[in-house]
This record gives sequence, structure tokens and C-alpha cells, in this order.
Amino acid sequence: MPNTPQTPGIVNARLPESLLDRNFADIHGPFATHEALVAADRCYFCHDAPCVSACPTEIDIPLFIRQIQNGQPAAAARTIFDQNILGGMCARVCPTDILCEGACVREMAEGKPVEIGRLQRFATDAMMQADHPYSRAPGTGCHVAVVGAGPAGLACAHRLAMHGHRVTLLDAREKPGGLNEYGIAAYKTPDGFAQAEIDWLLQIGGIEVKTGMRLGRELSLAELREDHDAVFLAIGLTGVNALRSEGEERDNVHDAVDFIADLRQAPTKRTIPVGRNVVVIGGGMTAVDAAVQAKLLGAETVTLVYRRGRERMSASGHEQLHAASKGVRIVTGAIPLRILGQNRVEEVEFAYAVEEGGNLHAGDETFCLRADQVFKAIGQRLDDAPGGLALDDGKIAVTGPGRTSIDGVWSGGDCASGGEDLTVTAVAEGRDAAEDIHTELTGRSAIAAE
Amino acid sequence: MADLSTEFLGIRSPNPFWLASAPPTDKEYNVRRAFEAGWGGVVWKTLGQDPAIVNVNGPRYGVVYGADRRVLGMNNIELITDRPLHVNLREIKVVKRDYPDRAMIVSLMVPCEEQAWAEILPLVEETGADGIELNFGCPHGMSERGMGSAVGQVPEYIEMVSRWCKQHTRMPVIVKLTPNITDIRHPARAAKAGGADAVSLINTVTSITSVDLDAMSPEPMIDGKGTHGGYCGPAVKPIALNMVAQIARDPETHGMPISGIGGVTTWRDAAEFLALGAGTVQVCTAAMTYGFKVIEEMTEGLSLWMDEKGYGSVAEVVGRAVPNVTDWQYLNLNYVTKARIDQEACIKCGRCFAACEDTSHQAISMSADRVFEVIDAECVACNLCVNVCPVENCITMEELAEGAVDTRTGAPVSSTHADWTTHPNNPAAVKAAE
Repeated sequence: MPNTPQTPGIVNARLPESLLDRNFADIHGPFATHEALVAADRCYFCHDAPCVSACPTEIDIPLFIRQIQNGQPAAAARTIFDQNILGGMCARVCPTDILCEGACVREMAEGKPVEIGRLQRFATDAMMQADHPYSRAPGTGCHVAVVGAGPAGLACAHRLAMHGHRVTLLDAREKPGGLNEYGIAAYKTPDGFAQAEIDWLLQIGGIEVKTGMRLGRELSLAELREDHDAVFLAIGLTGVNALRSEGEERDNVHDAVDFIADLRQAPTKRTIPVGRNVVVIGGGMTAVDAAVQAKLLGAETVTLVYRRGRERMSASGHEQLHAASKGVRIVTGAIPLRILGQNRVEEVEFAYAVEEGGNLHAGDETFCLRADQVFKAIGQRLDDAPGGLALDDGKIAVTGPGRTSIDGVWSGGDCASGGEDLTVTAVAEGRDAAEDIHTELTGRSAIAAE
Repeated sequence: MADLSTEFLGIRSPNPFWLASAPPTDKEYNVRRAFEAGWGGVVWKTLGQDPAIVNVNGPRYGVVYGADRRVLGMNNIELITDRPLHVNLREIKVVKRDYPDRAMIVSLMVPCEEQAWAEILPLVEETGADGIELNFGCPHGMSERGMGSAVGQVPEYIEMVSRWCKQHTRMPVIVKLTPNITDIRHPARAAKAGGADAVSLINTVTSITSVDLDAMSPEPMIDGKGTHGGYCGPAVKPIALNMVAQIARDPETHGMPISGIGGVTTWRDAAEFLALGAGTVQVCTAAMTYGFKVIEEMTEGLSLWMDEKGYGSVAEVVGRAVPNVTDWQYLNLNYVTKARIDQEACIKCGRCFAACEDTSHQAISMSADRVFEVIDAECVACNLCVNVCPVENCITMEELAEGAVDTRTGAPVSSTHADWTTHPNNPAAVKAAE
């Protein structure tokens, strides 16, 4: 008998393959040309547009939308890529409801913003099929190590290559891409888009990619500094915060990030096992991505539990709504106390939270949720920061465009202090650090020439 | 329900909406369906002499689109009917017989020779049609053969042909005017001088809709080449309204019946034409875009509006706005307004600011938190901010009360009328008697 959502325990293929395929297909399909024109026409071409200020990479949104309106999506793509070389991925994964679309005047006017994200995808998709639009400046002779091939590293590497520097792009994992490849819900970026985007980006030339190279294992910061003119650290947050709840060590209590990565890497989702009753603990995008995908795999019940109120969840309102629409139950204001069961988890006991003087603690009222599988998604932290780097609140301290406490070492993306931990923020930080590195290196060589 | 029935030159129709002479009225099948749908009348597509003309076998139309492929303007290079004269005449007769309450006007275009008109008019009269419309407007194809707008651009010819027609038929004669002329009053006066009973306008505006930038050819393109066509649809309405008003208020033609044509798409468009002096309206592009069913919105909308305004008949509306059409020199220079921005309604797009700052009078300020305010001392009340604001009624023009100081000029507002004719800067100003 095939498995169903009601099959006890943790099993794969709870849903027929055709349904799984549908569940994990592109969540917002691409615009057809006419749809894009209609959507583009809604843009008011605002003066000093609020959407631009709301975009961490400051894409000239009214301009690119006007270029779509006037039948030149490739020109629109160029406007986007000039500011954000990962504009294709950002079009898919940005929480636009709290960024550009949240700032759109039509959101204020009628609660229906211009669909900037989908228009950006329309434009960038058009150019992903074409030749890479940028070429390298004449070689500078400088060599930069970029550690971490996630959004920050990729953006930094591309901009450095464009300026004529030689770049070695190092990543600990098997494939480049960082969270673009391992960390985003599968339905947001299906069909190998992350790797296709990287292949396209690397067409700029001058970037050598080396995978399986981890800082602190195959690499050391000292050696990198020795061998390169500059180093950019974009190593992300690889440590997962513990619940610090009793019974956390029981079987089938997993890190949500691993579940998400497994899903992304699985060619077919029917191989991925999921519990009948799933509990996800956390309130961010990772929690939502894990919860929604558990439901899409066919879990009978999925409950996302967050310790504070809904308004404090870092997952955007749109994401919360999406989770709810897929059947995820969201419980807020509850703190996990104990993970119960024999060897493996059977139940999670929560207490309703009580807030006193800004501090949250478990109150007296408790409840239990049945769980065959628990995903922890209460945040990630920087593991193994290279010694000698000043930290700020657990992250690599940076000032200005990503300058660390060590001369010649820059940092950006989630591992660096400041900024929201968003793909688009990482891109902006990588790009800006690259510009600063370029200024520094060319300034240095100019001085040397004198 | 307001009474929409109309009498125009003694021709009755249940409503003032006629289908203009064009493809929708080219044959019995279409006209029967139009009448079933509720159209008040038709002007049958222009008849000519046999042998029938031919049309191109490639595209005949080109359009200008607004958002979402909304048709804003349409251009055509179609000629008059390409069916034999006797077929059209036979069909006109049976349709008129079956729909005696609808207006049946027949559009005509034959060479500028009296004999040609003398021959065709009795044939038309024999069908029982209510009247004729002389097509002096078609700007393409036929005009190159000395007909259509080639006649309409020469007032003497209009007068001459009108006279022939009045001599050779007892049917009412409507002259359809071309807008491709400097001053529309002259052909209208000529039509009146020739004894024509009414004018209809506008015919299409000479145009090239667009250029195919690959083929480097005008659109619509026929085998790599294009020619000018006639432009119609919502885009030409402002041109048509002005020309209708010009004729309605010209002392020489004032009171001459007018059938208004040009971009009538909704009941409101029709009401505007009526207000400027048209006794009926003719519709084509709206029907060609949406089908005959649009008549329902037009008749019901017009009726509802008339009820709301207390107009009992179409005749009560006709010409009501004509007295308020004047020349620039008579506009009151003591009428002072200032733009007002409703901060509650403002969505902070900044289009008013961009428009005023870049292209007008720098009379709108913008704060760091995107609050836009009018600087009265700079505001000339040009209305551009109102026009570009995407939110209706967010920016309005407020009249300054008598005695209030216009901070731009420093002068208090006077309630007396003062216009250019008495302005000191006008060298030809009429001096008050000293």
C-alpha cells in the first residue's frame, strides 16, 4: 500500500509523484509577455521612487519597468544587473512585501503594489538566455580571494572580475551558491536556477571556483592574506542555535537548514522522508520554508511554533500567509520546554510565554503537540570565525563597505555585522566591498607606480 | 426613464446613436444585427458607381494601443463599399422595410459631376431610405480620384454638390466633413450655402499609425509599403468636439443640425457631443472594437444620466454647453485658483513634484519624508499637477475668494470680470470711456 499523510512515523512518498511535482513547481511562474506589459503599465514612474530606496541594492526600478513597457526587457535586465548581478535570484526570493513592493505607492493607495519582483524576473530571465552582458576591464594583476560562494561572495567576485582583478572563489561545500543553492525553499527556485545563474555570472571570466575548501580546514586566513592582495570573507552562518530544551538529543529532532538543503539537492522529492506530525520551532524564513515544505511533502499536520507574537516573526506577512494557505498551523507565544518520547521524539511540550519587563519566560500554562519529527529553526550563528578578527555581537565586525579589523580583509553577507540577513543585502554588501577593494588596490598600485 | 427618441431633419430614431458609415454598416447581415442590438440608426456604408471599387488584400487597419492593448485610435485604408450598387440598394430597401422605426441614411460618393449625382439619387430614394450623407471626408484612396476629402477640402465643391443633391432628391442631405482642413467653419458654411440640411463630423484624420522599424514601412503594411489612412477612435474625440463646437457657435451656421462623430465610445462621450450641439452621434470604432452590444451601455447610461440631471429629452441636452464655448480673449483673468493637495489622499508618488519642478513653475515642495505641498507664491494654477496625479481628486484647483491676496502677484482677488480685451498689456485693448 502506498504511503499517505496518515502513515505513521517518518516515511517518504506520502503523496503521489504528480502531486509532489506540482507542489514543488515554480511558485510564481514567469510572466508571459503580455502579462508583464500589463503589470509594468501599473508603475507610476514615481519621482525619487520609494521602491528604489527600499531595495538594499538600489535598483532603478521605475526605469527598468519603463524599459519593459517599451519592449526592451534586455535593457531592463541591464538596469537591474548593473546594481545587482544576482537580480534573477533576488526576483525569486526577496521578501518584496517588506522591501520594494512594500514601499510601492500603489501598496499605499490600493493595497496592490506593482509586481516588481515578478517584473524583475521577467527582465532578468530574458537576459539569462542571452550572452553575459559584461566584459572585464584590462587585467590589474591583482589577485583577490573570496571565501564563500554565496550571494555576497558571488556579487563581490563578479564586480572584482569586472574591474579586471583575478579572483579565486572558494567554498566549503560541494557546489557554489551558498544559501542560493542550499538554503531556499525548492519551489522558489526550481529547475537548477541557482547553478544556472552562477554559470551565467561566471561567464565574465577571471574567476576561478574551488569548492570543498573550508576556512579553518583547508584554508587559513593567514595563508590567504599571504597569497592574495585582498581577502573577502562571506562564509555565512554555519552554526545552528540549539533549543536548550530538555530532550533535544532525541531522534528525529533535526536542524531545519539540513532538511531544506536535502530538499534542494534531491532531484525528486519523493525520496525525502517526512513525519506524519511535524513541529517546526522558530519564526524566521527558515522555519517557514521548512514548515511549508514538510506540508508539501505530505505531512498530515505541520505546526510552526514561535515564542513571541506574530508581529515579531522575521518571516514576512506574505510568507506567513503563504504558510497558512498551505495548511501550516502557526502558534505564537509558546516556548518549547521538553521534547518527550522514548528514543525518538513523540511529543513536544510547550509553555505559553509570559513577558515581564521585556523578558520572555515560560508561564504556567502548558500544552503538548504530537510530533514524529521536529525541526529547529531558531537562528544560525557564526562558527569558527578566524582568530584575530574583531567580532560584534557574534559576527565579524565591519565598518563602511565591509572593512574588518584586519587590513586587507573585507567581509559581507550574513557572517558580517549589520544589515538584514537577506540575499539582496548580501549582494549589496559583496558589491560594495568589491568597489572598496578595487579602490584600495588601484589606489595602492597608483601610488606604487609613482 | 428619459426619452432618448430623436428627431433629426425629421428623421426619427429611438435613440441618438447611429452607426457611422463604415464596415459595420456595409451589408444587410450587419445592419439587421445592429438594429436587433438596439442601435437607433445607421449610415449605410458609402455607395459609389459601378463597377465597384476594390480593396487591398492585406491589412486595412492599424491601431494605437493604450494599456492592456486598449484600442485608443484606429486607422484604416479601406475604401467605400466594394459590393455592386444594386446589391446594396436591394438590401437597404428590405432592411428599411423591416425596421421602419430606425434611421436609415445612405452615404454616397460619386464623381464631382452633376450627372453622376442625378443618376444615383433616384436609385437611393427608391429604397425608402430616410436621407443621404455625402462622403466628403474619406482621406485615402478615393481622394486621389477626386472624391472624398478632395471635395471636402474645397468649400466651393461642397456647395456645388450639395446644391445638385438638393435639386435631384427630396431626401434630407447631410454633408460629412473632413477634419483635414485648417478651419472647419468654411466647409460647414459652404454646405449650408449649397442648401444642405445638416453636417456630420468628423470624418477620419489623415494619419500613419506607426512604423515597422524592421521593415521600415508605415503600418498597416502591404507588401513592404504603407500609405496614410484615416484615424478615428477615442484619440480623435477632442478634435471632433472642438470642430462640432466651432460650427455650433459660428453665427453663420448656428442652429444647423449636426451629427457628431469621432471617438464616441461611452454614453458620456455622446452626452458631450450633444452638449456641444450635435443632435445625434455616430459610432464606429467602439462597435468595431467591442461589437454591437456596446449600445446597451450607451443608451442606458445616457438615459440614467439624463434622469439624474432632470433632462426629459435629448433635445433638452443638445447645445447646452455651446454658450460656454468662447474665445481665449474673453476668459476671466480675475479668476484665480491655486492647486490644493489633499494630504490624506496623497500616495506620495511625487509625480506632481517632478512635473512642476522640471517642467513648470517650481510651485510644489517636497520634504524628506515625501510630503508634497503647493507654494502659492509660485503656483500659476496651470493644472499640470492635477493632470498627472494618479489619484482622482487628490489635487484640486481651489478658487481664491474675493479679496484674498494672490501671493504670487501680491494683488487681491477682484470679483469683477476682466479679460484680455481690456488688459493694459494688450495694445488693442478697449479703453474704458474716460
